[in-house]
Amino acid sequence: MALEPCTEVPNQIKTDIPILKERGQREVFCGLTGIVWLHRKMQDAFFLVVGSRTCAHLVQSAAGVMIFAEPRFGTAILGERDLAGLADANEELDRIVDQLLERRPDIGTLFLVGSCPSEVIKLDLAKASERLNQRFFPKVRILNYSGSGIETTFTQGEDACLGSMVPVLPNSYDEPSLMIVGSLADVVEDQFQRLFEKLGIGPVYFFPPRRASKLPPVGKGTKLLLAQPFLSDTVRSLIARGATLLPSPYPFGIEGTTAWLKTAADAWHIDSSQFEQAIAPSVNRAKIALERYRQTLAGRKAFLFPDSQLEIPLARFLSRECGMELVEVGTPYIDRLLMESEINLLPVGTALSEGQDVEKQLDRCRQAKPDITVCGLGLANPLEAEGMATKWSIELVFSPIHGYDQAADLAELFARPLERRRRLTV
Amino acid sequence: MELTLWTYEGPPHVGAMRIATSMEGVHYVLHAPQGDTYADLLFTMIERRDRRPPVTYTTFQARDLGGDTAEMVKTSVRDAYERFKPQVMLVGESCTAELIQDQPGSLAKGMSLPIPIVSLELPAYSKKENWGASETLYHLVRTLLLPFVLPPNTQRPKRDPHIRPKANIIGPTALGFRCRDDIREVVKLLAEIGVDVNVIAPMGATPDDLMRIPDADFNICLYPEIALTTCTWLTRSFAQPIIKTVPIGVGATRDFITEIGRVADIDVSEALQRSQSDTLGNWDASRISSPANPQASRLPWYSRSVDSTYLTGKRVFIFGDATHALAAARIATEELGFTLVGIGTYSREFAREVREVAKKHGLEAVISDDYLAVEAKVTEAAPELVLGTQMERHIAKRLGIPCAVISAPIHVQDVPARYSPQMGWEGANVIFDSWVHPLMMGLEEHLIGMFREDFEFAEGHMSHLHAAPSQEIRRDLPREMGISEQAIASAGVSNQAVLTPIQVAQEVSGITWSADGEAELKKIPFFVRGKIKRNTEKFASDRGITSITVETLYEAKAAIGK
Repeated sequence: MALEPCTEVPNQIKTDIPILKERGQREVFCGLTGIVWLHRKMQDAFFLVVGSRTCAHLVQSAAGVMIFAEPRFGTAILGERDLAGLADANEELDRIVDQLLERRPDIGTLFLVGSCPSEVIKLDLAKASERLNQRFFPKVRILNYSGSGIETTFTQGEDACLGSMVPVLPNSYDEPSLMIVGSLADVVEDQFQRLFEKLGIGPVYFFPPRRASKLPPVGKGTKLLLAQPFLSDTVRSLIARGATLLPSPYPFGIEGTTAWLKTAADAWHIDSSQFEQAIAPSVNRAKIALERYRQTLAGRKAFLFPDSQLEIPLARFLSRECGMELVEVGTPYIDRLLMESEINLLPVGTALSEGQDVEKQLDRCRQAKPDITVCGLGLANPLEAEGMATKWSIELVFSPIHGYDQAADLAELFARPLERRRRLTV
Repeated sequence: MELTLWTYEGPPHVGAMRIATSMEGVHYVLHAPQGDTYADLLFTMIERRDRRPPVTYTTFQARDLGGDTAEMVKTSVRDAYERFKPQVMLVGESCTAELIQDQPGSLAKGMSLPIPIVSLELPAYSKKENWGASETLYHLVRTLLLPFVLPPNTQRPKRDPHIRPKANIIGPTALGFRCRDDIREVVKLLAEIGVDVNVIAPMGATPDDLMRIPDADFNICLYPEIALTTCTWLTRSFAQPIIKTVPIGVGATRDFITEIGRVADIDVSEALQRSQSDTLGNWDASRISSPANPQASRLPWYSRSVDSTYLTGKRVFIFGDATHALAAARIATEELGFTLVGIGTYSREFAREVREVAKKHGLEAVISDDYLAVEAKVTEAAPELVLGTQMERHIAKRLGIPCAVISAPIHVQDVPARYSPQMGWEGANVIFDSWVHPLMMGLEEHLIGMFREDFEFAEGHMSHLHAAPSQEIRRDLPREMGISEQAIASAGVSNQAVLTPIQVAQEVSGITWSADGEAELKKIPFFVRGKIKRNTEKFASDRGITSITVETLYEAKAAIGK
């Protein structure tokens, strides 16, 4: 008996959605925040921010609630002597790196991370890392990227970090391979690995790797499949090294994951019956699991504040698979190359906004009275106190949400605040 | 440049935010790059406030740097005034804005808004959070009260003895350690001795409240790091004396009451007497059922009860802001019977006081904001308990030493829902519980000392915490910051990372241990082993012994004691 297709590859709905572009106060994180999850993904790496006490304070406020026997990030704090040019910044940096590597001989890769102050005073960290590499490579590799707020917003820090690794990826000598780009939870990586094996797609490399010392190869045969939508620069650098981008929606929800896998399957010329067969068990499972939350979410209104660039794919999932109504989908930055296939799937009339003027956006949000507001932690409790249910957006970057087996978990993240409100009587 | 793994204080503009957020009717326009709004989270998440901090950020980006960032400041000031209609506006810069020098304070003053503008000059590359808070409070109070300053050498008229004395409580702020409950406890203490509260500032105060500060008879400088500059100016300008004792600990609370009695010229002997006589027992039915009975601390009795005997001489290392470190040192040594083996502070402004206390205990104070220097000192002192900040919890985890938090910087778990002051009688109760809790319970300590091969109660195990010491802290990993359970589980605790005091000591010294000597050393209970090892090695090196045997160990023990 022939298997019926489990799901259809999504149709294009509308290509030209007007986008509201706003400028004003932006209530977002800077790219330094990426360190909070990147230090866990690559355990042999250390992140040294070159910046001010504000930068140090930011990272520790975000991550310092975990108690570290051995911190995997730190800050070289600039002092007045550095600003006045009394101390040679390069000598200072060398001294700090010596001190750090002496304490932590287990560090394999050291990222020098630029910040607003280091960018404004034009401290050349690229040169510094080059120089330090000459001293420490191959024992320690020193890379640099900018996580400054003036240049990067939140998840763009990961983009910048991965981008800094691209030039040092080994050459694959044109052997055909698939590279999954973007940090994924370990469990999700393993699931995707199994699915690709079942489909007969390989070899598959994940970037970033779990060890910064085990870098995936790249070359003319490398096909790129993006797991995260915020990797504009990384993708462009990978393309510059010969890789080909497979444009696709992102693997959120059943539909997104199928479209994503299908993109790879087509590139590997896997025939559709084999494809359907391979994904069928996961899809069926996911449908059963998702249905429970769909009932809670269907017909509810969602308002998304800009934060991570995950907003558009998530809005697509919430609207098409959970039946939610989209009031406004805000995102810090839209890269058409990476977002085209997602924007095409948004329902007609979706209000998209790029950038932010937070007070005005809050006014719109209050007026629309959404059932759930996706926003950062700076806004979440204040909005809850005004009687609005919120889902704080940072969790979406920290949780396993990709793929079939997480589709229901992803929906649950949005249903949970509503369920909680139903339960509480105080 | 300075290598910092953890910083004890944020930048000075965070201190200014703490003042603005503590108050009502004050708005703060902060010239800062995109991303610096992270500081909102300190208030909305760590302190769980239900409102956004009254702060407008200019959030400039790289593309704005080529343009007119000064214009962004003006727009932000105008919009913030229109939208929030504050009574006073603070205008200042963050560290990056300081580099581009737009002079936002002067710009705002030139805009002729109909409210006072306080221009904040907070050098971000040389000063820090508490200084920023102290300076902001001072300039705010000074701006508002300058027109009413009394002529020099004016004496305050003597208070009519029929009118109860009035006090201001100066210093409690947002993000301060337990300020919320400390105020309640102090207000209770004052009520007990017949003192009224005039203004509490900055927490909960409006600019109008600040205008009423001169009405009080004296100022209580509750958190000197924040309030001393302001209180000193008030003494100069309005002849208001300062109460300088900080009532943390039973003894300090008694001194606090005594000092108020002297300064306000009131009789406080009854309250003092009660604090002495009411501390025993507490199980009497009439006392339990009478709500009219004023509070007294249970700490004195708990600490005297025989269950606490094993606390005698526990070696404790104290670090924090100066106020809390000084208070802790007194409680630890005079009220709990611990031995102080290290004390320090990151508050350089109060280094002298901390040095004096250290000297009294034959120690050298650690005056540093360098986390690595503090870590080195803790390692060297090999204490059995660390009383410190959130940062010392990292150090204690690495060294496998029990730890309790006594001072900011803190994280969410130290802004609890329950009433948990540090000050006054109830504060002492809270302190007794929270400091003793991380230590191994007496019986368990005895049994682990006697029988070392138990399959369940192994080395360093503390069953009342349901886990080994280096593990226990993991339970505290809250979800608030969005760390998934998988992430927590997969992170684990790296065994190589957690060094026991012995390993640390071995890394430091060069002396070798014979096999039998080392075997015997392992029989010493976990928490004192580091110290004994160090003593033995010192004993050996003083006598030119290069290899330490069982005999050397016991000779050293006899010569030096525990």
